[in-house]
Amino acid sequence: MDFRDSPAEAEFRGRLRAWLAEHNPGLPTSSTDDEYWTRQAEWHTALYDAGFFGLSWPARFGGHDLPTVFDVILDDELAAVGAPPRPSLGYLVQGITTHGSDAIKDRFLPGLISGRERWCQGFSEPDAGSDLAALRTTATRDGDEFVIDGHKVWTSYSDVADWCILLARTDPEVAKHKGLSAFAVPMDQPGIEQRPLKMINGITTEFGQVLFDGARVAAGNMIGEPGEGWRLAMTIVSHEREPGELGYVARYAKTVKEMEQAVRADPSAFRNDQREQVAWAHVQAEMLRLHVCRRLSERLDGVEHGPGGSVDKLLMTWVEQTVGTAAVTLSGSRAVLDPDDVALKVYLYSRAQSVMGGTSQIQKNIIATRILGLPTG
Amino acid sequence: MDTRDTPEQAELRRAARRLAGQLGPKTVADLDDRTRGQRLAAAVHDAGWLELRADRDAVDGGNGGPLASGVEAAILADGLAGTVADVAFAGPTLAADLARRSGAGHDPSVAFAATPDLLGVAVVEGAVTTTTLHAVDLPAEGCTAAYVLAPTDGGYRLARVPVDTAIGAHDGADLTRRIGVIPPGAAVVEVPDQRRTLTDDDLISWTALGLALTSADLVGLMRGVLDLTVAYAAERRQYGVPVGSFQAVQHLLAEAHCLMEGSISVALHASWAVDDLEPVEARAAGRVAKAYSARAARTVCETAVQVHGGIGNTWECMVHVFLRRALLSSQWFGDDGEQLRQLELKRLGTAVGLP
Repeated sequence: MDFRDSPAEAEFRGRLRAWLAEHNPGLPTSSTDDEYWTRQAEWHTALYDAGFFGLSWPARFGGHDLPTVFDVILDDELAAVGAPPRPSLGYLVQGITTHGSDAIKDRFLPGLISGRERWCQGFSEPDAGSDLAALRTTATRDGDEFVIDGHKVWTSYSDVADWCILLARTDPEVAKHKGLSAFAVPMDQPGIEQRPLKMINGITTEFGQVLFDGARVAAGNMIGEPGEGWRLAMTIVSHEREPGELGYVARYAKTVKEMEQAVRADPSAFRNDQREQVAWAHVQAEMLRLHVCRRLSERLDGVEHGPGGSVDKLLMTWVEQTVGTAAVTLSGSRAVLDPDDVALKVYLYSRAQSVMGGTSQIQKNIIATRILGLPTG
Repeated sequence: MDTRDTPEQAELRRAARRLAGQLGPKTVADLDDRTRGQRLAAAVHDAGWLELRADRDAVDGGNGGPLASGVEAAILADGLAGTVADVAFAGPTLAADLARRSGAGHDPSVAFAATPDLLGVAVVEGAVTTTTLHAVDLPAEGCTAAYVLAPTDGGYRLARVPVDTAIGAHDGADLTRRIGVIPPGAAVVEVPDQRRTLTDDDLISWTALGLALTSADLVGLMRGVLDLTVAYAAERRQYGVPVGSFQAVQHLLAEAHCLMEGSISVALHASWAVDDLEPVEARAAGRVAKAYSARAARTVCETAVQVHGGIGNTWECMVHVFLRRALLSSQWFGDDGEQLRQLELKRLGTAVGLP
């Protein structure tokens, strides 16, 4: 057991640190500001072009074929200088890698990884949230194309996306999980309308809803076989649940660091309970950092990824919400007097973490039945 | 970075769990089975597990560092706690670590006396003690003295005080580890043949070991009590179905499982940090681990009592043995509140303002 860098890891860390000293864009804390989301594409391509993104993915698609523990180093160093977290799209890469044909992988993975093509994920619908398989968007075969009709919602980055990984019903005759297929749908076409969705913290550029009215997609853009959509969706959401895939560790560490600086700068302005909340947020963020180290180390064994993602998601949610609550508590009266208070936005955004990517209640169902082996009711 | 067990560590982990499973108490009544307790203590002794932190080079007082790292010691603490094994481990291990740092030979008949708040080893000025001291996790037999520290120029000398064998060791809240009593007025005698004066860094490193071992103990307790409780929830029936089929119960257990998983990650890191990070950073890693795992263990053990229902509130049910042991492991070297207070001092500076 060794938490220390190997020589190769240390060399990578040194190179990354030197690059970051010059290229930290100094974006606002993500999740609190529209500017962050607007400039995220620039950050993605800069990180990629410098050779620091897509570390564990195949070189054939623009990655670096490194063990996943290099992502821990990336997150560490981003957090240390307060840089934005790495773009969170590992789950899309995993979904396409696991289910796509070689042609699909060659066509789509390089652009996704390099950031030259932007993606969103069209899964949830107004009446299909936790019960995702109840979705009603249809894809109907028409010659060499499918015609898409339906309504997707809570779609992150839909406003800037070039492509949507869309889950749609291709066979209404079979059981609901079996009639779904996945597609790479071009977003820039007449049959698609994108509407922003304002989140409770006021952000308008992250979340959207997408209306499909006779939109078209080439049949060759189906990812996986007809009817494989549900399995692809499960691959994606189970990866989406892992903090190691998301790089959020850096985001939490950044917020904790900012809170600590605020208290150190003016110790007389804070009560003991506020100090304790900051210390507890540090403990939580450290826990997640170390937990990700452990999880990614386990992958060196090739341990297959399974329902453990639900454990990680729940831990991550607790961390995010502990950090968010500490931030708003520390901010005190400012948070209620100023609608643009960053801590207020961090706090409000944190409430989404127990919903997105599967609610905490769904995660607990999965843990209870699939990890603990408890009987279903 | 690779946080996985080495093959040797994995084997040690299996051995600890195997032994704890074979000889640990399976029922509350087993705690009174002296023969079983003696076999357990003998097995732990014979395996050499109480000497992990003794000097690896016993010649000339030694200077070769410990026989095994904090990781191995924590693996054993975790394994033994998994079945609430009623055998002294952390106490003798920490006493051996103190003796090694002083360069005095390892003497298994000496435990260590804690400060009254149990945060560390007692420091005694003068020839006799003035308050009642306690030696936590005293071996069941053969332990007649405890280490204390005597301040000297530039550090501390190791001294010993007699444990009052007439009073005898007793159970505190924890029914699985014994507490030895050192009444006021005990004579303080310097340990002979010390080769080094203990420095502040020695004490900080030693505290890091204490935090790592108590955190590992809490992790083992969580694993053990959750195994029992999940099995019970799957078997106990109400309304004609297993209570573990109700979401209300499932969600409690799922949360408890996550708290245990998070605790494993911080406790592993703390155990590695003992010998691989600078003393101050190792202790900080221990504080993070202890703060997290002490809070987690309290919740997990309380959940276990709750899921066991009325049965969980009877003396004969094993879950309170886990909860009681968690209370001691939390308090020993400081509970979550204490760790947060210390982390605040380190990271936020001294509080000067609002109460």
